[in-house]
Amino acid sequence: MLALAPALVLVATGCSAIGQDSGGDGPSFDRVVLVTHDSFALPKPLIRQFEQESGYDLVVRGSGDAGVLTNKLVLTKDDPLGDVSFGVDNTFASRALDEGVFAPYDAQLPTGADRYRLPGDGADGKAHDLTPIDDASVCVNVDDTWFAAHHLAPPKALDDLVDPRYRDLFVTPGATTSSPGMAFLLTTIAAYGEDGWQDWWSKLMANGAKLDDGWSQAYEVDFTQGGGKGDRPIVLSYDSSPAFTVSDGKSSTSALLDTCFRQVEYAGVLAGAENPDGAEALIDFLLTPEVQAALPDSMYVFPVDSSVELPAEWARFAVQPTDPYAVAPADISAHRDEWLREWSDLTSR
Amino acid sequence: MMTRWSRPLTLAGLAAVPLVVLGVFFVLPVLGMLSEGFWADGKLDPGAVAEVLARPRVHRVVWFTVWSALAGTAFSLLLGIPAAHLLHRRRFPGRRALRALLLVPFVLPTVVVGVAFRELIGEAGPLGFLGLDGSAGAIVAGLVFFNVAVVIRAVGAAWESIDPRPAEAAAALGASPAYVFRTVTLPMLRPAIVSAASVVFLFCATAFGVVLTLGGLRYSSVETEIYLLTTNLLDLQAAAALSIVQLLAITGLLFVTSRLRAVPDPTLARSTGRPPRVSRGDWPGVLSTLVVVVLVGLPIGALVVGSLQVGDGYGLANYRALTTEGSRNALLVPVTDALTTSLRTAVDATWMSLSLGLLVAVAVTRRSRTRAERRARGLLDGLFMLPLGVSAVTLGFGFLITLDRPPVDFRDSLLLVPVAQALVALPLVVRTLAPALGGVDDRQRQAAASLGAGPLRTFVTVDLPVMWKPLLAAAGFAFAVSLGEFGATSFLAREDHPTMPIVIFHLIGHPGAMNYGMALAASVVLAATTALVMLLVERLRVPSVGSF
Repeated sequence: MLALAPALVLVATGCSAIGQDSGGDGPSFDRVVLVTHDSFALPKPLIRQFEQESGYDLVVRGSGDAGVLTNKLVLTKDDPLGDVSFGVDNTFASRALDEGVFAPYDAQLPTGADRYRLPGDGADGKAHDLTPIDDASVCVNVDDTWFAAHHLAPPKALDDLVDPRYRDLFVTPGATTSSPGMAFLLTTIAAYGEDGWQDWWSKLMANGAKLDDGWSQAYEVDFTQGGGKGDRPIVLSYDSSPAFTVSDGKSSTSALLDTCFRQVEYAGVLAGAENPDGAEALIDFLLTPEVQAALPDSMYVFPVDSSVELPAEWARFAVQPTDPYAVAPADISAHRDEWLREWSDLTSR
Repeated sequence: MMTRWSRPLTLAGLAAVPLVVLGVFFVLPVLGMLSEGFWADGKLDPGAVAEVLARPRVHRVVWFTVWSALAGTAFSLLLGIPAAHLLHRRRFPGRRALRALLLVPFVLPTVVVGVAFRELIGEAGPLGFLGLDGSAGAIVAGLVFFNVAVVIRAVGAAWESIDPRPAEAAAALGASPAYVFRTVTLPMLRPAIVSAASVVFLFCATAFGVVLTLGGLRYSSVETEIYLLTTNLLDLQAAAALSIVQLLAITGLLFVTSRLRAVPDPTLARSTGRPPRVSRGDWPGVLSTLVVVVLVGLPIGALVVGSLQVGDGYGLANYRALTTEGSRNALLVPVTDALTTSLRTAVDATWMSLSLGLLVAVAVTRRSRTRAERRARGLLDGLFMLPLGVSAVTLGFGFLITLDRPPVDFRDSLLLVPVAQALVALPLVVRTLAPALGGVDDRQRQAAASLGAGPLRTFVTVDLPVMWKPLLAAAGFAFAVSLGEFGATSFLAREDHPTMPIVIFHLIGHPGAMNYGMALAASVVLAATTALVMLLVERLRVPSVGSF
């Protein structure tokens, strides 16, 4: 029994190192807790500004991707993890709305943001549950220098990807394991219809397309312009990606704007929030011109506020599609399981 | 003093704290998630769970998990045991450094190892001609890469503390080296080998990133399937069904290994003298050590080279950038802060898992007097292995839905990360300590007790000298597990207190050459830190205790 004593003492005293700054953790109304995904980032001065102006301390709880975030919110809806959430996107939003995760809040939207509203949210003149904050489109990207060097015209549309001229040149993250991968599957469903996409994917795989588990593997390892200098010059990435391959005032890559699917990220007040006022204040803050302007550099996404000035390289090289493919959020919610299973069977053969 | 109840009470006392910790931070969350699957729409529906198990896809997934984990374990043993002999029973310059280096894979985030591996074996890589990319072979190689150190360290620690004299005597009597190994050494090592094998199997069977990244999505294991079902599809019934499969499989495995581990007389005589130099007869050890060094060294080398690449030339810019928040504020905190968080968390996770592990090891290795007592100890032993076999995502979600109200209101606690990591490290700690403790001759303890020593003094004078090396090995494991843990940590870590693997994951997931370079540089720093800490741990010796 004596051996127990030191262990008990150790457990009772808590962590030597970690315990230091755990004070002030109890629930209180002078803080607002933001539940988000692991890509959330904003410059510190902006966060300090929010805290000073609103009087609330901002506590950020972020982990996983949009899927993890949505499912966490659904599973904890009776005892929410915080007051406000940012990061549920249009591919997962209906699940959260169906489960009643959010409480309505109609924020004052900035110029041009209205068109990013989630279809189906706020119907019949009711208040909206979700507020659009940013958007980014998932598009096929090509390495222009590679195609110039190989005297081959780069592909332009989805149909080109199954053309034998572009055999073994395309790499994409998978739909089951990556959120841009899922967006690309939705692109093809929108383009070829609910009964036609399967055939296209069979052709794509037969044409030597390569699947990776995530965006980093596809872009950084297999894409010719990635950090690892791979050997595939066509990759699935974002409309903003060409802004990251600039040297000497020229981008070596471009996004194919006829192959895009738009992902919009939303914020919403969590139903049962301890501090709903703080939650609303945070959503208003995310819509301020300062935060909207910081989004491209901090989170690699476009602001929903069309009046905000973009960083110089974005303004020149990150071109947004005007008419991206779309699938109704309710359809995504209803068919996600079935589509992913079908896709998985088609591609793992 | 020796009443009928004193033995069970001591057992209960020793096990109480670890049991409470395991109950709150493992059993409760996992049960919480399982019940989400069983209670669909407010009513109990076990039939739906059973239905899932009949799906052909589930059979495929389970079969792949079993054979890939078996292959990973077999190759880890095949390479690890001879290498353990060379690295722990032979003397040659640089062996400490080599031992420390081989533990490095343990802490490297899979996302980075995936990049490093694929830069070598991918279509455009120098080893691309092997055609390994996206194959089951690559997955097995990845599993061995991560786990061979477990075999080397656990078996090596046991090997160091066995008496070489019986083997020497057998050799002097004319037995061939192979015969000596089979009849003298192997029986003494068996508990350690079986322990290491069972841990490695569990690590392999629950591998996540390796399967997806190196298998190119062609393969799914139970773990990747649970991840997809839970985080993407929110099909909790199917996830619960697969979790049950995991739990049953572990229980079966533990039953088999406890049988295999049991030896008639686990008592070990303690090793004496310095290890001899490498001789010609050590070729199996030299050969497998070389293979391991190549397997572990190549990807790490690829990482180092990649981290030094700046534009078209080489330089240290990626390393200098680690004190910043990434190009265009990719991170909330500089990488150097994350390293501090990682080290502090690791210190906490290490002492937690060592103190819990020591209690469990003592509880499970004391000689049992009755069959019931032996069963109780065996059950206890198995119970603490369970965290290794359950999906991190099940545990992570389980934390969120069960630890949210008093008296277990820990959802927001900063303790959650080190506790979760300590639980992941606990089986390794127990499995490293238990064989050594079991090898102590109980008569020594009785002698000490009859000379008037209390339980604590007996432990310090009898057990601790034998335990010293295994304790160091266990501490090293726990520290390394904590530094490298990603699955549970990514769920629980605070955005403003991220650990290194999380920061690296974040960096490599965003565009920009600088972020990519920084991710590789941060991995190299994490690897170097680990190697350094391991080297220091190895040098720790307490003379008064060690030179018994």
